[in-house]
Amino acid sequence: MQCSFVEHRNYKVVYRRYASLFFLVGVDNDENELAILEFIHLLVETMDRHFGNVCELDIMFHLEKVHFMLEEMVMNGCIVETSKQNILAPIQLMEKTS
Amino acid sequence: RRRDSPPPPPQDSVERIVEDAAMDLSLNPFSSGTRLRDMIRAIRASKTAAEERAVVRRECAAIRAAISDNDQDYRHRNMAKLMFIHMLGYPTHFGQMECLKLIAASGFPEKRIGYLGLTLLLDERQEVLMLVTNSLKQDLNHSNQFIVGLALCALGNICSAEMARDLAPEVERLLQTRDPNTKKKAALCSIRIVRKVPDLAENFMGSAASLLKEKHHGVLISVVQLCTELCKASREALEYLRKHSVEGLVRILRDVSNSSYAPEYDIAGITDPFLHIRVLRLMRTLGQGDADCSEHVNDILAQVATKTESNKNAGNAILYECVETIMGIEATSGLRVLAINILGRFLSNRDNNIRYVALNMLMKAMAVDTLAVQRHRVTILECVKDADVSIRKRALELVYLLVNDTNVKPLTKELVDYLEVSDDDFKEDLTAKICSIVEKFSQDKLWYLDQMFKVLTLTGNFVKDDVWHALIVLISNAPELQGYSVRSLYKALQASGTQESLVRVAVWCIGEYGEMLVNNISMLDVEEPITVTESDAVDALELALKRYSVDVTTRAMCLVALLKLSSRFPQTSKRIQAIVVQNKGNTVLELQQRSIEFNSIIQRHQSIKSSLLERMPVLDEASYLLKRAASSQATVSLTKSAPSAASGGSLKVPNGAVKPPPAPLADLLDLSSDDAPVTTSAPSTAPNDFLQDLLGIGLIDTSTAGGAPSASTDILMDLLSIGSYPVQNGLPATSNIGSPGQAVTKHAPGTPQVIDLLDGLSPSTPLPDVNAAYPSITAFQSATLKMTFNFKKQPGKPQETTMHASFTNLTSVTLTNFMFQAAVPKFIQLRLDPASSSTLPASGNGSITQSLSVTNNQHGQKPLAMRIRISYKVNGEDRLEQGQISNFPAGL
Repeated sequence: MQCSFVEHRNYKVVYRRYASLFFLVGVDNDENELAILEFIHLLVETMDRHFGNVCELDIMFHLEKVHFMLEEMVMNGCIVETSKQNILAPIQLMEKTS
Repeated sequence: RRRDSPPPPPQDSVERIVEDAAMDLSLNPFSSGTRLRDMIRAIRASKTAAEERAVVRRECAAIRAAISDNDQDYRHRNMAKLMFIHMLGYPTHFGQMECLKLIAASGFPEKRIGYLGLTLLLDERQEVLMLVTNSLKQDLNHSNQFIVGLALCALGNICSAEMARDLAPEVERLLQTRDPNTKKKAALCSIRIVRKVPDLAENFMGSAASLLKEKHHGVLISVVQLCTELCKASREALEYLRKHSVEGLVRILRDVSNSSYAPEYDIAGITDPFLHIRVLRLMRTLGQGDADCSEHVNDILAQVATKTESNKNAGNAILYECVETIMGIEATSGLRVLAINILGRFLSNRDNNIRYVALNMLMKAMAVDTLAVQRHRVTILECVKDADVSIRKRALELVYLLVNDTNVKPLTKELVDYLEVSDDDFKEDLTAKICSIVEKFSQDKLWYLDQMFKVLTLTGNFVKDDVWHALIVLISNAPELQGYSVRSLYKALQASGTQESLVRVAVWCIGEYGEMLVNNISMLDVEEPITVTESDAVDALELALKRYSVDVTTRAMCLVALLKLSSRFPQTSKRIQAIVVQNKGNTVLELQQRSIEFNSIIQRHQSIKSSLLERMPVLDEASYLLKRAASSQATVSLTKSAPSAASGGSLKVPNGAVKPPPAPLADLLDLSSDDAPVTTSAPSTAPNDFLQDLLGIGLIDTSTAGGAPSASTDILMDLLSIGSYPVQNGLPATSNIGSPGQAVTKHAPGTPQVIDLLDGLSPSTPLPDVNAAYPSITAFQSATLKMTFNFKKQPGKPQETTMHASFTNLTSVTLTNFMFQAAVPKFIQLRLDPASSSTLPASGNGSITQSLSVTNNQHGQKPLAMRIRISYKVNGEDRLEQGQISNFPAGL
C-alpha cells in the first residue's frame, strides 16, 4: 500500500483515494499528516450525509454547495468545526428557505 | 430556433444540449440562457479540449454580455458558472466586479454566492478587494448571524493587511457574542488578522485566554488555534498564555480524553481527535523551553500516550502529535522513554503511513536522544530499501544523520551495496548522500578512496563535479596512495567505462601517475600485482578518448593525459602523437586547439617538454576545502584566458612564484582595493587576500592540469585553468607612460585609481625635519631582481630628495629591454633621469642605476610613497613586475 504522503519542495501533499476520486490536501511540513487523513474522511462523510451516497456527479453539479460545506469546516487553513451536525445545520437551513 | 443543417445532432452531444436549452427559453439566447446544470453537462460531454473551450467561450461571452447589461436576474447563476469555469482553469477576472455587486445585494443567497465568489476568484493582492471593505463592515454588524458568519468567513480567508487593520475592532467585538457559530468564525478570522498584522496580537490575547473556558467544541478548537497563532506572533502573548491558559488546556484535554461516547464528535471510538491534536500542539508551543509549563502537562501527556488506542488512524494521529509534543518540551526522562517506545512500535507497523510518520519523528528525536534512535538503526536501514519512495527518502535522510565514527563503515557498506540495485531516480539521492558521508569521515584515506572508486564505478554519472574534484585533491595530497589509486582506477576503467566521472578521474590519474601504474610502484599489502605496459596505458587512454564518451571535457582531459604520458613514457611518444593529431580537425575548438598545440609540443619542443609536464604540484587541500565551503562564484573573466593557458600544460613560470598584479586586475575587476599588496618581500606573503582568493593566485603555483576550462565555475577549475598569470596580458608599455627623461606623475590607464589609492594612505604623524643622511633601503625585491634606493637631501630644501635606484639581477638569465617606471601621489612631483643601461646582466654581474628626484609638497604631513613598475624581456618574452614602496625612511 503506497504511502499517502508526497513531498514537494517544502510542502507536503496528503491524498486519499475513494474509487476514482482523489482528494488532495496541501499542507506545510509541520502539519500532522495522519490528522489530515482523518480530516479528508470527515469531509467525505459530511458530504455523504448531506447528499446521501455522494458520488462524483453530486460534487460536480453542486459545486457551490460543496464549497459552502468546506467553508464551514476550514477557514484559511485552520479547522473550524468537526461535528457533522454543526457543519450541515446552516446549509440545510438555507436549503429549506430558498 | 432550428438549425438549418440537415441531420439533427446526436443525443448527448454538446450542440444538442445547448439546443435543448435554447428551445426551453423564449428569451433571446444571448441572455445567459443555459442553466448551470446544462453548462456543466455540456462541458462534461465535450470529447475534445477544443470542444470544451468552445463551450466555455460561449458561456463566458454570455456572461460578459450579461454583466455589461447589468442583468440582475441571473447574476447568481452567472457567478456559479464563473466559479465552475474558474475551477477548470480559465481566466475569470471579468467577473470580479460582479462579486462586489452580489455582496452589496440584500438577499442572503446573493450575498452568500457573492462572498464565495470573492474568496475563490480573488486573492489578497487584487485591488478590487479594497472596495469590499465597506460592505464587509456593514455585514459584520448585521443582525442576521448567518450574514455575519459569511462576512467573517470571507474576511478570514482573504483579507489583506489593511483590511485586517480596519476591521479588527469589529472582529474583536464579535469574539464576545453569545452565538457559538459566530464566535468560532470570529476566532479563526482573528488568526488571519494576527498573521497579517502581528502587532494586533496583544488585543486578542485576553479574549482568547478567557474563551478557553467554553464548552462548545467548535469554539474550543478555533480558540486553541488562535492561541497557537498568537504565540507565534508575539512574545508577550506567549508569556501571557503561559501564565493563564496552561491549566485550562490540561482540563480540556482531560475532559475530552475521558469523555464518554459523544456521537457527534466521535471518530473511531475517540471523541474529537482533532481537538486532542490541536491542544497537544498548543501545549508544545507553550512548553517549549519552559520547565514550569512542561511540568504541568506532564501527567496528561503520559495519560494520553498510554491510554490512546493505536489500532485506528485517529488514535495514531493523536499518538503522533503526543510524541512530537513530548520531544518538543522539557519532558521527564520517563516520558521520553514512553515516546521512543511508541516510535519503535510505529516503525514496525505494516502501514506505510505510520512508518513514514515514525521516520519523521525519529528525525526530530535525534536532537533529543541520539542513542535511542541509534538502537533502531537496523530497521531504518531496512527502510532505505523499502518499496515506497517517500519512505526511502525519509529513511535515507535519517541514516545520514545517524552516521558517526563507529558505525560509518558498516553503514556505508550497506548503502553502497544497495546502490547497485536501487532505482535510477533514487540513485542520484543515494549517491549524493554516500559521497557526502564518505567525505565527512575521510580521515581513513584508503577507505575513502575505496568507497569513492566503488561509487564512481557504480553510479559515476550521478556524482557531482565538486565531489570528484575533491577526490583528485585528496589523491594528489596522498603520495603513498597514488600508486594504489592509479592501479585501482585502471582496473575499474577496464571493467566498465560507462560512468563519466570514473573515466575522468581515471584518465587524470593515469596521466599523472602513469609510471606508478606501469612499474607497480608503492604497492600496498592488499594489492595484487598487475602487469600494465606503457602501451596498455596508452591503449586505455586511447579507448577513453575514442569510445567511452562524446563529452568534450572528458576528451580534453584525455588529450592532456596523453601528452603527459608522452613525456613519462618516451617510447610511446610517436604513437601518442599520432593519436593526438587525429583531432586536429575536430569541430570543437577546445579539442582542436589542444590537439594542435600538444602536437607541436611533442614534435618541436622536446627540450622543454619534460619540464612542462612534470608532476603537478600538490593541490592545497586545506585552502581548496575552505574555498569550496565558501563556494564563491568568483569566475572572473580572467579565467577566460584559459585556452592559451591550458595549452601551456603545466607551465612553470620562469620567474618562480607569481606575484599578484593588483593594478591592471583591479581595473579589470573594477575594485578600488585599499589593500594594495606590499611586495618588498616574497610575494607569497602579499596580504591582498581578497584578490588572491578571487583568483586563486599566490596560494598555488599556477599550473594547469587536465582540468577542463569550459563551463565549470568550480574554484578548483579556476585554480587549474589559470595558466601563467597574465603576463602577456599586462598593461602594454604604452608611450604615455613616463619613459626616462620625462617627468612622470601618471601611470598608464590604471593610474587615476592608483593615485587615488595612494591618496587614501593615512598620513603618519609629522616627522621631525632631520637633515641627516637617510639610510638606503631595499625598495623592491622579487625572485628576479632587487632594487635599492639611496637618498640624498639638500640642506634647506627639505621637500626635495634625490634618490639613486640600483637594480641587480638575481637570476642567471640576462634581462633585456629593462625599463623602470614610477608613480607617485598627487602631492609629490617626480622626475626620472635616464637609466644607465637597459640590459641587466645575469647573476648580479652588473647593475643598472637610475636617478630620481622627488618633491614632496606636503612634506611633514604626508610621507613619501611610490608605486613602481619594471618591465623587461627574458629570452624574448615580456615580463612585468610591479610593487609599491612604503618603506621609505621617515622624513622624506
